[in-house]
Amino acid sequence: MKDSQKNTIKRLIPYLMKYRFLLLLAFVMTIGSNLLALLGPLLSGYAVDAIEPGKGSVNFSRVFQYAGLMAMFYLVSSILSYILSVLMITISRKVVYQMRKDVFDRMLYLPAGYYDTHQTGDIISRISYDIDTVNESLSSDLIQILTTLVTVVGALYMMVIISPKLVLVFVITVPLSGLMTRFITSRTRPLFRERARSLGALNGFVEETVTGQKSIKAYCEEEEVIRKFSFKNKEAVESYYKSEYYGSMTGPMVNFINNLSLTLISVFGAFLYLTGAMSVGQISSFVLYSRKFSGPINEAANIMNDLQSALAAAERVFKLMDEIPEQEDRKDAVVISDLKQSVKGCVEFSHVDFGYETGKPILQNLSLKAEPGKMIAIVGPTGAGKTTIINLLMRFYDVDGGKITIDGMDIRDLTRKSLRKAFAMVLQETWLFQGTIYENLAYGKEDATLDEVVKAAKDARIHSFIEQLPEGYNTILKEDGTNISKGQKQLLTIARAMLLDSKILILDEATSNVDTRTEIRIQQAMRRLMAGKTCFVIAHRLSTIQDADLIAVIYQGGVAEQGTHQSLMEKRGRYYEMVMAQYDS
Amino acid sequence: MKRIITYYLKPYYLRMTVGFFIKFSGTLMDLFLPWTLARMIDVVIPAGKKEEIFLWGIFMLVCSVLAVTLSIIANRMASRVASDSIFTIREDLFRKVMILSNRQVDEITRPSLISRLTSDTYNVHQMIGRIQRLGVRSPILLVGGIIMTFLLDPVLACILLGVLPLLTAVVIGVSGKSIPQFTQLQEKVDGFVRLIREDIAGIRVIKALSKENFEQERFNQHNREVVDWEKRATVTTAIINPVMNLFLNMGLVCVVIAGAYRVNEGLSKVGTILAFMTYFTIILNALMSISRMFVIVSKAAASAERIDRVLKGEDEISFQLACVSKEKEKEISFLEFDHVSFSYDGTGNHLRDISFQMEKGETLGIIGATGSGKSTVVNLLMRYYDPDEGTIRINGRDIRAMSLKDLRSRFGTVFQNDVIFEDSILENIRMGRNISEKEAVDAAGYAKALDFIGEKGGILESLNIRGANLSGGQKQRILIARALAAHPEILVLDDSSSALDYKTDSQLRRELKENFSRTTCILIAQRVSSVMNLDHILVLDEGAVIGQGTHEELMKTCEGYREIVISQMGAGGNV
Repeated sequence: MKDSQKNTIKRLIPYLMKYRFLLLLAFVMTIGSNLLALLGPLLSGYAVDAIEPGKGSVNFSRVFQYAGLMAMFYLVSSILSYILSVLMITISRKVVYQMRKDVFDRMLYLPAGYYDTHQTGDIISRISYDIDTVNESLSSDLIQILTTLVTVVGALYMMVIISPKLVLVFVITVPLSGLMTRFITSRTRPLFRERARSLGALNGFVEETVTGQKSIKAYCEEEEVIRKFSFKNKEAVESYYKSEYYGSMTGPMVNFINNLSLTLISVFGAFLYLTGAMSVGQISSFVLYSRKFSGPINEAANIMNDLQSALAAAERVFKLMDEIPEQEDRKDAVVISDLKQSVKGCVEFSHVDFGYETGKPILQNLSLKAEPGKMIAIVGPTGAGKTTIINLLMRFYDVDGGKITIDGMDIRDLTRKSLRKAFAMVLQETWLFQGTIYENLAYGKEDATLDEVVKAAKDARIHSFIEQLPEGYNTILKEDGTNISKGQKQLLTIARAMLLDSKILILDEATSNVDTRTEIRIQQAMRRLMAGKTCFVIAHRLSTIQDADLIAVIYQGGVAEQGTHQSLMEKRGRYYEMVMAQYDS
Repeated sequence: MKRIITYYLKPYYLRMTVGFFIKFSGTLMDLFLPWTLARMIDVVIPAGKKEEIFLWGIFMLVCSVLAVTLSIIANRMASRVASDSIFTIREDLFRKVMILSNRQVDEITRPSLISRLTSDTYNVHQMIGRIQRLGVRSPILLVGGIIMTFLLDPVLACILLGVLPLLTAVVIGVSGKSIPQFTQLQEKVDGFVRLIREDIAGIRVIKALSKENFEQERFNQHNREVVDWEKRATVTTAIINPVMNLFLNMGLVCVVIAGAYRVNEGLSKVGTILAFMTYFTIILNALMSISRMFVIVSKAAASAERIDRVLKGEDEISFQLACVSKEKEKEISFLEFDHVSFSYDGTGNHLRDISFQMEKGETLGIIGATGSGKSTVVNLLMRYYDPDEGTIRINGRDIRAMSLKDLRSRFGTVFQNDVIFEDSILENIRMGRNISEKEAVDAAGYAKALDFIGEKGGILESLNIRGANLSGGQKQRILIARALAAHPEILVLDDSSSALDYKTDSQLRRELKENFSRTTCILIAQRVSSVMNLDHILVLDEGAVIGQGTHEELMKTCEGYREIVISQMGAGGNV
């Protein structure tokens, strides 16, 4: 067994050990019901003995006695086996629940950039298919392994007692079946891995194309996408087939080895009989026990197969859990709200260097200071690094060089949570979840009252629209948002930001989808909201930022020039060019 | 379920039958062995002939080899059938999803479509494979066992058989309960998929608002629900096995008692009852694996139903054929909206009585407040939805009478929130169309995208998921390049230059004027400056046209338009 597999198993065990008492109970019940299973034939044997005397002399009272015992025992055994399966289902569901929870908990703390390179569909596949596979194997195989052990040991003991010589047959066949299983699992291991991977890739593709269905239709690309899908589908189906190709060999192969040992036992048993070392009766009971012995071994081979598939799936699950989360807060990190004085909102970038990938710097030696309560507009050509500034400010990423401070404190010395709480942010891409409008608005402030929410909605000029909806604030926003336009979504996210009482406000191209009439009303509301707050605005519409306290023009990763609208216009530099460009047409 | 058996498995009936026979022969070989052994013990060994012992030994060996070979062949055939059939099912399903009408997509929802394509097809796949492998031996053993008991003692067999209706009742009862539960389960899985998609899309907002714990709780609710339904459904089916066991065993107890009477009356022998019990064990084992199959089947039945629901769903093609109507070829404009009204949900008025006309090469701007129905015009024009009333015509032909391909290949469109795929820049511009690399580079040039494409390392460079390694403005330029690449007859830009800076925006407009003068252009915008120089401007308010004409005309006639202009450009409006 490879190290990676050992590791995977090591990590699976704690999940089960959490329920060790339930497992122990299940184990005890398994042994109990197995023993009862041996009792059944015994009782019926007694009943038959009572019938034995034949015509006219059947001992009815004994027949009824044993028949009654049989009925009682079967009832108990059935109840026991039902309880056992409910128990196992319960345990396995708990394990699944815990695994899914662990994966998801980790997911939210991964750097935001993780999802830029990992398909959502593949992640879904890990949380659903892979965890299911692990669980299916765990819940059924575990008990099976235990029973197998008990039966094999018992049967072997009985066989040694009957004929130690004949047991030598197993010296040939048991290692043979071991080799066989090994051969097959060594073949299937990479295949199961491939099977889980290709299914994940297929899911990733499905998620992406179902999301982009409208664009695909617009360009009549359906056939092309179907062709690509077909390719991935083939890959998934073939890798499934390949793993089955070897996987389904296990059962018949082990069965073959059992048959082989039966043949050997018959032949050698016959010779032993001829030499007088064994009686016919002994041969027949030896055979019976060898059957008992081989049954579980057969089962075990199948389990090995299941386990391979489960381990391959578990590997993928743990891989996701092992992704490096956002760097932890420093041990001595400070919670902003714990500080004596409240946040003033003085934000300063000093000599900041940053790149998403090493060797590809986005920001170089960028310095910028925002005085408390002022409005700072960040402008510049697309791709100059405007959004990156926000990413750094919110600590979605940390700077490579230099530092960012709030009221003189390095933001890396603050807890992420409290840092982010100090900001209210409206992003370019509106994000609302499936839930009521009220829930969506109150999202950033758990204890918000309806009055507060309504007030924020009024400030964002979306209240009257909400009131017109049949369910008002209880209207459920649908996933694909057919009941609400993009601009309205934007207004809702603005209202959400308005509810937060934070000292610093970030508007990242927030008003680009709002019509200008609305935009101006929002500007007015924003003005009130921004009073006394430091405000970063990233905008393409230069008209909306003309009265900013400071305009910083970002160019090629640094601040090319900064000043007020007035001073920059007089300077006739880049800003002037940009302003004039809009009048080109 | 029915469709899967009668349609998708039909091509494999022959292969499955052959597989069954092979498996059957393999099983038979397995059964030869105990019989041979019995013969050796009864006849050969007492006779003490060494040669015969060897001979029978070799016979057993041959049987073993045959058994293993046949079983492996049969198993592989079964896997092949399962893989091949699921390949077709998945492909058909995906094809259907791609052409599903948007109303259907709205109704089923995307997360559900995703889970139907993935976890549901997977359930069916497992079922087809396992049923073939488990489904041969156990029915044979069951039927064979029952026949043998009848041969032994018909009266006693009837007692045992009397249990069967009870068993059937249990199976029907349980499946009546478990299939809806499995359906519920799959629906909960949809919710699960939805949440994960939602959270990945909104990861930055969640982090910004420090809502990680809240989202974890939300996920946990779904997690709990899924687990609950999983548990409920499996517990329901788990009752079958013990109940079957119990009933059959009770039947056996009755057989023993009845047997006692019959033996007492001399109608039966003890040996018969003994043999009866042996066969009974076989029957029981067979029923156990049948009950295991049953769980797989009920789970797959729920999934198959969900797949079928999509396959049966109305697609775009079907409503095209239904609506082919002979339209008199009027000598009119290139593109026309003729009294079009539309509602997404059948209650609201998303568009009311919209009419306008455009000549080839003309430009139209649509302006209006957010939610006024601007994007809906595009949705109808490209037939994502059909109007409730009125007609849309291109070259005088009702667009419902055109094939979708014919219609849509005339367009180059950038939607609001359009999608970038995880592929190279080139492929993102190509979108599967027959576009040369040069044409793609040219299109990128028109869209002012060459500068940053050069910085990224060329047009073959790959883009991250959702174009995450691009800025907002860069994404829009790739999308515009995509729309321009095939030199479409009609260009639709739905608020798609909002993230461009002024300079690029105006350069882009110039490029369009110079190189796409024959292209009919529809521009949806928030800003007057984007549309004021166009041939027509349509002003929408709450789904209705409140003004149309040129900028100058509208300034005179349309109060709403004037308001917008003043708000954006000051009182002069002549900037």
